[in-house]
Amino acid sequence: MEATQATPVKYDMEVVRWFTIAAAIYAVVGTLVGVYIASELAFPFLNFDIPYITFGRLRPLHTNAVIFAFGGCVLMATGFYMVQRTGATKLWSNGLAWFTFWGWNLIIVLAVITLPLGMSEGKEYAELPWIVDILIAVVWLSFGLNHIMTVAIRKTSHIYVSNWFTMAMIVMITYLHVVNSLAIPVSLTNSYSIFSGVQDAMVQWWWGHNAVGFYLTGGFLGIMYYFVPKQSGRPVFSYRLSVLHFWALTFGYVWLGAHHLQYTALPDWTGSLGAAVSLAMIIPSWGGAMNGMMTLSGAWDKLRTDYILRFLVVSLAFYAMSTFEGPVMSIKTVNALSHYTDWTVGHVHSGALGWMAMVAYGAMYHMVKKLWGVEKMYSDSLVNVHFWLATIGTVVYVVAMWVSGIMQGLMWRDYDEYGTLTYTFVESVSAMHPYYAMRAAGGLIFNIGTIIALFNIVMTVRQASALRSSGAVPAKA
Amino acid sequence: MSDHDKIYSTKFQDNIERHTVLMFVMIAIAVAVGGIVEIVPLFYLPNTAMSGGNGTYNGTAHKDKEGNVVPMDKIVWNPATSAHKTLEDWQPGDGVRPYKPLELAGRAVYIREGCYLCHSQQIRPFRDEKDRYGHYSIAEESMYDHTFQWGSKRTGPDLARVGGKYSDEWHRRHLSYPREVVPESVMPNFFWLEKMPVNVTETVQAMKVMTIMPFNPVPKSIYTPAYIDGAAAQLEGKTDMDALIAFLQGLGNHVKFEEGVNYRD
Repeated sequence: MEATQATPVKYDMEVVRWFTIAAAIYAVVGTLVGVYIASELAFPFLNFDIPYITFGRLRPLHTNAVIFAFGGCVLMATGFYMVQRTGATKLWSNGLAWFTFWGWNLIIVLAVITLPLGMSEGKEYAELPWIVDILIAVVWLSFGLNHIMTVAIRKTSHIYVSNWFTMAMIVMITYLHVVNSLAIPVSLTNSYSIFSGVQDAMVQWWWGHNAVGFYLTGGFLGIMYYFVPKQSGRPVFSYRLSVLHFWALTFGYVWLGAHHLQYTALPDWTGSLGAAVSLAMIIPSWGGAMNGMMTLSGAWDKLRTDYILRFLVVSLAFYAMSTFEGPVMSIKTVNALSHYTDWTVGHVHSGALGWMAMVAYGAMYHMVKKLWGVEKMYSDSLVNVHFWLATIGTVVYVVAMWVSGIMQGLMWRDYDEYGTLTYTFVESVSAMHPYYAMRAAGGLIFNIGTIIALFNIVMTVRQASALRSSGAVPAKA
Repeated sequence: MSDHDKIYSTKFQDNIERHTVLMFVMIAIAVAVGGIVEIVPLFYLPNTAMSGGNGTYNGTAHKDKEGNVVPMDKIVWNPATSAHKTLEDWQPGDGVRPYKPLELAGRAVYIREGCYLCHSQQIRPFRDEKDRYGHYSIAEESMYDHTFQWGSKRTGPDLARVGGKYSDEWHRRHLSYPREVVPESVMPNFFWLEKMPVNVTETVQAMKVMTIMPFNPVPKSIYTPAYIDGAAAQLEGKTDMDALIAFLQGLGNHVKFEEGVNYRD
């Protein structure tokens, strides 16, 4: 639904460029912290008795850095990029977009300061202190307002599907962030949730799973629906499937959070309901994955030469796999084994590395070429190297966690012939050592890929600037 | 040639796609439903430990073997009906109680150090978990936990019933240098907690905040103004290590569980 216009529109792309570069940097930092904390679990001396870098304080920094710094910058870069191009219009407010950029980066700086200092609200993926939470709400709304207003002033008749997903993300994340962060402060940096126990658990996992559902999945599906067709030069396979995909996910994903609380003190029906809807979600998720894959019909040969397209296609494969694995893990009998184990960690990373980061890099490479007006990246073979490092790193990571997770689950519940527990807990800990080392190695491989990507992107930008200043290539918007 | 007037789906969907406000409203409604259905009832249904302030807990009625309802006073400590009237007199088994000042300070340390990222506090109703950790956790046991600490990962063991399982001295050695006590442990050393004095101001402030919580506040009959005033004296000279150990030692021994009672129904 890209508008074809007689006169080209002058887009506001400078802010998109900055978000893209920021994303490439935060990907390196976020995964590096991840590699470090993974190594701490394999080799605990790496905590070095320094409070600021112990596992418990760095782990929130890792999750916040990859989700909100890397993921956030990707979503805002692509959000602003797609909404302008699909609507054939400039941003509603370029100034507000810059406020979003600097505000979001200020939040990231504050996270880097507060989390190692131990200023935590004690809720997973929502650790940041209440005062930063307020800032997040303001900056997020500035992004949301700008995006939706740009949709409103579009020159095209219909709103493109990518923007539906971004809008759903904007609305849902606002609900989640506000409700889950409701707390009473005791100081500038510390506060206590107004909810407790059962209610707090449900609110937290409603947040936790929908941050995955609407931010890491929905937002990135918006990316998929724009960049897969653009990069492959083919229209979206099925418009109707995309309508189904969107509304089913938008309505259904919200229900899944309760599956994180199977067999806990929550009333039984809540987890069962969460699991039932989780299973139902396989259908639209796979429909969406197929929709992306089938977009390549007739263009599969491009995979041989187009390394960017490889990122996009493999991301869809991981998306399909993770959206099958997740519902399976929500089934009570499976959850009884998988919950509390590394399997969950593996599942998250097959989604975060395999799906989210891969589709993000596909989009970032595509955008870098367009944004800086170059025909190709500084090095296409480095894109290929990055692709293989990312794929291998993810697979090594996920396999390590599958093995260790299932092993933990089996060891904890194992009984000997006398009817006593076969293993002490610590035996399961020491059995994990090789897999924790393997996981750190997988993460490191992935991290090296992100460094190569950053190098490649920076070199491409420098080359483009050099060409432009010498007047060899006309500047493009 | 323009196909902008052609409708490819339904008239309604086409309408949504043409109108930003309609799209926004439809999304806002669609994403609200699931959360409302799953969250709101937990404030009104029984077995969710929502006190409501009248002691009935939304009609929670756990029944014993004979089918008699177990009074909630036996599950949640009520100074009015209990033989033990103050937090200092409270004995394990008297029922779920709010945290004492030092425990509350320790809980803040537990959160600050991210203990919840590797330790759960939620025992599931399985044979192996009963053998390993004890009776399954019940809703009432975390009713005063503003920011629940159930966790989602067991890199280390569950701590819901660790209270009284080891001596204070064991905890001190283990927290300081875990591998001196458990060689295979991957927990960081926390010996430096010994050097950090507890945050008295924040703990006292936290006690005040707990009494004004909109949901499941600590009753002012327990955190009386006099008790809160006396908290600073209790915290005098204590370290983060003392506080954390006090918190751990108070976990999971509040309720005296009886055979044959389904505490989750």
